[in-house]
Amino acid sequence: MLFDSGICYEDTTVDFCLGKMYDSSIMKEALKFAFKRDIPVMLGYIFMGIAFGLMLQDAGYSFVWAFFISLTCYAGTMQFVLVSLLTGGAGLLSTAVMTFSINSRHIFYGLSFLKKFKEMGKAYPYMIFSLTDETYALLCGTRIPFEIDSKKTMFFMAALNQSYWVIGCTAGALFGSLISFDTTGVDFAMTALFVVIFVDQWREAKTHIPVFIGIGCGLVSLLIIGPDNFIIPALAAAIGLLIACRRPIEGGKKSGGENTAAASDEDRKKSNGDDADEMPYAGGEAEKEEGKA
Amino acid sequence: MISATHAILIIAVTAGCTFLTRLAPFALFGRKEPPKAVLYIGEVLPAAVIAILVIYCLRGTSFMEMSKWLPAFIACSITAALHVWKRNNLLSIGGGTICYMLMIQLIFV
Repeated sequence: MLFDSGICYEDTTVDFCLGKMYDSSIMKEALKFAFKRDIPVMLGYIFMGIAFGLMLQDAGYSFVWAFFISLTCYAGTMQFVLVSLLTGGAGLLSTAVMTFSINSRHIFYGLSFLKKFKEMGKAYPYMIFSLTDETYALLCGTRIPFEIDSKKTMFFMAALNQSYWVIGCTAGALFGSLISFDTTGVDFAMTALFVVIFVDQWREAKTHIPVFIGIGCGLVSLLIIGPDNFIIPALAAAIGLLIACRRPIEGGKKSGGENTAAASDEDRKKSNGDDADEMPYAGGEAEKEEGKA
Repeated sequence: MISATHAILIIAVTAGCTFLTRLAPFALFGRKEPPKAVLYIGEVLPAAVIAILVIYCLRGTSFMEMSKWLPAFIACSITAALHVWKRNNLLSIGGGTICYMLMIQLIFV
């Protein structure tokens, strides 16, 4: 099977063959594929959007506000915080500080799409704008079949996701109060989406070191720093460890055999020792990692 | 309620800053060929980020009260098990979410 992953950089031949052909059937195929992959996000975004719309309406802002906020800000957690900023009449500087601190995790997401997005031409700015947690996870976790145009599909996935979000937010402010059944817990759909992508990535990965690094850094950071601010230290520590473990990870990718786990552990110890001074988290967490692995 | 102008300014600042956080890596490395190390990070980071995002979603779950973490734990296990078994996104996510909703609305109230 030939697949073109969302983060694969070596698909110029695919683009050469398909990218130039502007055919409505290619568009349709891409849209169909994107729609199918986006269904979980559709459910999550529409329900989360409704929750936001309801909250905004309670704060005294109509669906017009909900529409424009979801169109221009397009951020999950931050939009909920925005409601309290609006009701509290926050200053612009504190709004900026708040936004940067809540959304700073997005700084890391673009690293996986530096080349891919740039190749997308006109869609480049929009792809950057629309890179939410869910779109990032979905783009990383989707293997686009060889025969489907990957750039169009990625654009459709991003645009469909935002349209669900806008629809949800607007509808929530319009008719959210009419929902009669208890929707408590529906936000678990987003957690479930990440779990599913986690499973997919686990199955396809040739080396599991990056996953263990993520789990280790996430948990350690959560335990030390607490739930409010743990994600940035966790991501920073993960990047530090990924750099420190570059040799074993790339080695594991190349050989991909059964014996890589043992070999990589030794390499990991070595490279951790070398880089421990630069990365404050590297030492302590590496030991935890080894315990788990 | 604050004035409409103030509200629009708050929204504009939020929108602008959100875009800036997403733009940052492209502004830093997007111009020319990114360094090899950055490309390597971009390639291996998703696996780590997805794991961290799962933790991020569950960060508010209290481990002191069983009625909080147990439904989340069971629902995550169901989602993962369904996915390993059938490998159908909708079934895994739908099944896990419905189980979670039933648990926290009916069992672990």
